[in-house]
Amino acid sequence: MTWPILVILVLLIMSMIFNALGTIGLHRFPDVYTRLHAATKCTTFGTIFMTFTVMAHSIRLYVITEEAKFLNMAIHTFIALIALLVTNPTGAHAISRAAHKMGVKPKRAVRDDLKDKESEVN
Amino acid sequence: MIELTTALYAAAIAIAIYIVICAFRLFLGPTAADRSVAFDTINTLVIGGMIALGAAMWETLFIDIAIVYAILSFITTLFIAKYLEGGGS
Repeated sequence: MTWPILVILVLLIMSMIFNALGTIGLHRFPDVYTRLHAATKCTTFGTIFMTFTVMAHSIRLYVITEEAKFLNMAIHTFIALIALLVTNPTGAHAISRAAHKMGVKPKRAVRDDLKDKESEVN
Repeated sequence: MIELTTALYAAAIAIAIYIVICAFRLFLGPTAADRSVAFDTINTLVIGGMIALGAAMWETLFIDIAIVYAILSFITTLFIAKYLEGGGS
């Protein structure tokens, strides 16, 4: 009876740890690209674990009580997970592409391979 | 069950604190790209907080709003990125 609660709590604590790491990385890293790396990856991972927590919680209550609303909530959370997985990395990629086109250089960078490639193509 | 509800409320409060910390980067980011990174992070954290609150209060409507918020914030991020690129000249 107690091990599902333990699993749910571990998932919740992992979610909180990864969200905290993303928030700290947003402040500690020196330039846009490393900040994007830390913030986007860690918060996406943390929110995925949050959806896993809610799905495990709902499925546990559905197994105990067999009411349809708990299963309903698990399915809706799964749809939210899919929306998050599709949209979040795409947005991060768009931001990094926009930052490169704006002319933001990585800190301590000596050469820009992408710019060399683009000038070769044109 | 009561402990898990309390834990989910605590998670929502922690996410609110993370959002406040990310808002500092939103205010003092040196370039516009930094600000948009912080904005994207805040959007993701808001989705996580909505899911936690929806599970704590047992409102499926919160989860639906989180789905719509995810898609709208994605479109917002794409438009901000398009604006930062500086047009298609």
